[in-house]
Amino acid sequence: MQLDAKIPDGPLEEKWDNHRFSMRLVNPNNKRKFSVIVVGTGLAGASAAATLGELGYNVKAFTYHDSPRRAHSIAAQGGINAAKNYQGDGDSVFRLFHDTIKGGDYRSREANVYRLAQVSVDIIDQCVAQGVPFARDYGGLLDNRSFGGAQVSRTFYAKGQTGQQLLLGAYQALMRQVDAGSVELHTKSEMLEVVKVDGEARGIVVRNLETGEVTSHAAHAVVLATGGYASAYFLSTMAKNSNVTAAWRAHRKGAAFANPSFTQIHPTCIPQSGDYQSKLTLMSESLRNDGRIWVPADPDDERAPADIPEAERDYYLERIYPSFGNLAPRDVSSRAAKRMVDAGHGVGPRKNGVYLDFSDAVGRLGQDKIAERYGNLFEMYQKITNENPYDVPMRIYPAPHYAMGGLWVDYNLMTTIPGLFSIGESNFSDHGANRLGASALMQGLADGYFVLPYTIGDYLAPHLGESPPPTDHPAFAEAEAEVRDKVNGLLSVNGTRSVDSFHRDLGKIVWDYCGMARTEQGLEKARSEIQALRDEYHKDVRVLGENETINQSLEKAGRVADFFELAELMTIDALDRNESCGGHFREEYQTDEGEALRDDEHYAYVAAWGFEGTGEDPSLTKEHLAFENVKLATRSYK
Amino acid sequence: MDLTLRVWRQPSPDAPGSFETYPAEDIDEHASLLEMLDIVNDRLTEQGVEPIAFDSDCREGICGTCGVMVDGKAHGPMENTAACQVHLFNYRDGDTITLEPWRARGFPLRKDLIVDRSAFDEIISAGGYVSVNTGSAPEANLTPVDKGTADLAFDAAACIGCGACVAACPNGAAHLFTSAKLSQLNMLPQGQPERYARTQRMVTIMEEYFGSCTNYGECQAACPQDISIDFIAMMNKDYRKSKFRNRRAS
Amino acid sequence: MADTQQKPTATTPPPKQGQRSWIAEFYGSALGKKYAMAITGIVLLAYVVVHMIGNLKLYQGPEEINAYAEWLRQIAYPALPEEGGLWIFRVVLGGSVLIHIHAAYALWLDNRRKRPAKYEKRDYVAVNFANRTMRWTGIIIALFIIFHVADLTLGATNPDFDHADVYGNIVASFSDPLIAGIYIVANLALGFHIFHGAWSLFQTMGWNNRRFNHWRRYLAVALAVVVVVGNVSFPLAVLTGVVS
Repeated sequence: MQLDAKIPDGPLEEKWDNHRFSMRLVNPNNKRKFSVIVVGTGLAGASAAATLGELGYNVKAFTYHDSPRRAHSIAAQGGINAAKNYQGDGDSVFRLFHDTIKGGDYRSREANVYRLAQVSVDIIDQCVAQGVPFARDYGGLLDNRSFGGAQVSRTFYAKGQTGQQLLLGAYQALMRQVDAGSVELHTKSEMLEVVKVDGEARGIVVRNLETGEVTSHAAHAVVLATGGYASAYFLSTMAKNSNVTAAWRAHRKGAAFANPSFTQIHPTCIPQSGDYQSKLTLMSESLRNDGRIWVPADPDDERAPADIPEAERDYYLERIYPSFGNLAPRDVSSRAAKRMVDAGHGVGPRKNGVYLDFSDAVGRLGQDKIAERYGNLFEMYQKITNENPYDVPMRIYPAPHYAMGGLWVDYNLMTTIPGLFSIGESNFSDHGANRLGASALMQGLADGYFVLPYTIGDYLAPHLGESPPPTDHPAFAEAEAEVRDKVNGLLSVNGTRSVDSFHRDLGKIVWDYCGMARTEQGLEKARSEIQALRDEYHKDVRVLGENETINQSLEKAGRVADFFELAELMTIDALDRNESCGGHFREEYQTDEGEALRDDEHYAYVAAWGFEGTGEDPSLTKEHLAFENVKLATRSYK
Repeated sequence: MDLTLRVWRQPSPDAPGSFETYPAEDIDEHASLLEMLDIVNDRLTEQGVEPIAFDSDCREGICGTCGVMVDGKAHGPMENTAACQVHLFNYRDGDTITLEPWRARGFPLRKDLIVDRSAFDEIISAGGYVSVNTGSAPEANLTPVDKGTADLAFDAAACIGCGACVAACPNGAAHLFTSAKLSQLNMLPQGQPERYARTQRMVTIMEEYFGSCTNYGECQAACPQDISIDFIAMMNKDYRKSKFRNRRAS
Repeated sequence: MADTQQKPTATTPPPKQGQRSWIAEFYGSALGKKYAMAITGIVLLAYVVVHMIGNLKLYQGPEEINAYAEWLRQIAYPALPEEGGLWIFRVVLGGSVLIHIHAAYALWLDNRRKRPAKYEKRDYVAVNFANRTMRWTGIIIALFIIFHVADLTLGATNPDFDHADVYGNIVASFSDPLIAGIYIVANLALGFHIFHGAWSLFQTMGWNNRRFNHWRRYLAVALAVVVVVGNVSFPLAVLTGVVS
């Protein structure tokens, strides 16, 4: 496989502007002659579909949800970064770029990240104009908060529901285009195959989740905005229906999958309380602004938190990272929590958490101020744990949260399949080995509103005058047959175990061996265990019911089958990378203090994997990363 | 703890439905209502009974996908809480829990506990937006919005679109949902140009699918986001103004 | 939107814009009907309050109240013929009652269509006796209006009915415990109707201000109590012999 990232020439600051000028354009009258399929209608997909519709393209948008407003972007709590420098605290496009590259532990592409920082300011303008009710100060201007991994205050927020408000903004823009007739919206429609004609993506096959009907849809280009794959861990902060299927089916059709082992373990989630649990609930990272993280200095300390005197508490983040303290980046904080719990300092009934304590902040600011900032999060915590965080410190522990890895894309966000684009969390592009807080919303909307709508024109322009293939083209018939075979295959196994029970077992393997800490031995063991469990899955899974009505077990069964294949690739990628960087921590590669030890000489590359068959060794192509504007350095948050 | 479930089962939209009783035994009190259903479904699968179909996604109360009538209350016994965040420590050992789907003409039943809420999307597509094309937005801080208005707009915007308001309303009315979106946009300066056209169109679509408001207040009591019926009053006022001042939808 | 054949079906056709006068179009919408109910409700509520206050003259003796009744017949005389002003009130009130009933009936019918299936189990949180029974108290009041007009305007229950002697007519009617009972029950129904209706009309009219919203409840209670206490006192006064 050849990888060409198509990074424009010229100085970093001018790359995007020059590229926008040099790209081919489709004139306004010709745009309606092109059709574009957008799969996924979360932050990235809805914003892209809406913008393409506004531009005049014929857009078909697909989601497996009953409404675009359900996408898991909605659960993002903390905020969205933008280099507005409204606080006058020294922020700039270059600083946001620099923080993001550094936060990603120098495993992302400079040009992409710089562009992200550039368009971040436009996103805020756009969202405010849409009526997104961001928090404001008493002068009526937009308020900011600070977030992990940054020393400036650049995060825009809407209480603890920023993702919801931004998604609803994009959703409303999308529904406006649906009303205008430029976007055709297909809900309850799950994409199960990408269709290639003459090597280029020309359509998709979808299954209707209410009727089981399998249909083909053709277009000049296909955009995947299908989110991340952290549900491979089963227990994660992802929604129950989040899955890798669309991206994985594209991967099987030839799209390279980049850095699959780069997953983010979010430091502030409610610890697991039992084996029945279906998901882990995130407590926004913004809580770290005012909460202090600590564990009892004595592992055997069984006293209630309030009874432990200051001198016997270990505020370990403040101790180890004095300059960033409780705002150390996610990967750093997560690993520190794991070290504390592994060393026996864990708190709570299962000794699987650390305290996040607001008593100082309540004393300093008063309970009202804290309630105003985090009231809804505190309520949520109480509903789930039956404990009042104003009285008792919260207990938190890291949980899988985000996938930095994803489909490999070039600067234009096109995958290795021409005509197939990938945006938002489903691509690998901007976050390197670790994503900073409040950057996922930024990237999703940057891709959807401000990048893809330009770059897709460059791809489409030379195809003027061509029609998409008819949906009775043999390529569609073949893909439809594949989908039907898979569905019938899953329905006919009739084994003994439920889909969920397999997913839970798979998730445990991935978490134990390819989670916060990884070893060569463990990863090899994980790979063989995954293969064995996958074989068992295809022999022993039980999917009841039929194809023709709503069948949630059947939906899950197809997705878990893909998770099995992805999970194996995650372990392979983690094995390949003999270094520690960002969220990828190989125990063999650490400093004496237990920090990640990067190997820039050998591993400053993007690992792009090609599919060679289930259970076969995938092919590896490396995209070497050049750093011309930032100096590679050991990350230090001390 | 040991519980008994009575669940509405209906295989397809047109098939007749009925209540079925299932034991839910030996379940941890920290499990949520929906996690209990997961466990029961796993057990049903082992017994060869098709699992109960129910909607859910984020399981943290924000996506609005879950929604079920629990013992005659939308989303169950807790105030301002979606079904996915109701945990069993709110119940007593031995309790019987009755689960029914949302029932309203605007929400046709699909299967078991799943209904179709796409009428909500139609209401939004009728005007629940500000018409601003990507890239045409002015600098964000050019238009200050006083904090009180911004906060109130947020309170309205917090709606998760779950449909509990419709389910709880004896008239199957969607006034709380519609007015929340209308109030958010009609309050903010960005929403002014389309204010009255938006109000007329959204109300018209709303009335095609849903009943009318008799000011029972059940919707507010059922709302997981505690959205106030004050917003309904705002919608009523804007609708009246849109008619009286002859601000016609274009 | 979804590729399914079974969309939720709209049960109310969209109003035909531009073909009807704006007022018909407005009344055609459910919100318009609610608005009509609120406006007519205000008219009727104002009337009920004034009617009750006027009738307090019962306690000042036959001369006062009979003179008051005569004065009512003379309103706007001689600009209008005798009883002309009164008839304008009667038409406005009668029209309000008809519109109020028509809108309520049309909304009730539509709401039944919008909510075809019942829950097997339903645990109401916010509804109270007053708002759950609006329909029934409304029907009681409508029947009562007919009875009341027959009784004290047309004199159908009283062979000795005399237009000029309002005082005598009232005492004659209320001396019959059955008739007095009808008045009491009807006024209790009216009280509940006003309690929900007066609060409700603020919502419907959109008279909404967070600082004053809690006063809407107090006002509704006050109106209901004043009207009920005033009106119920009349038959009780006659029955107990305070007025005879």
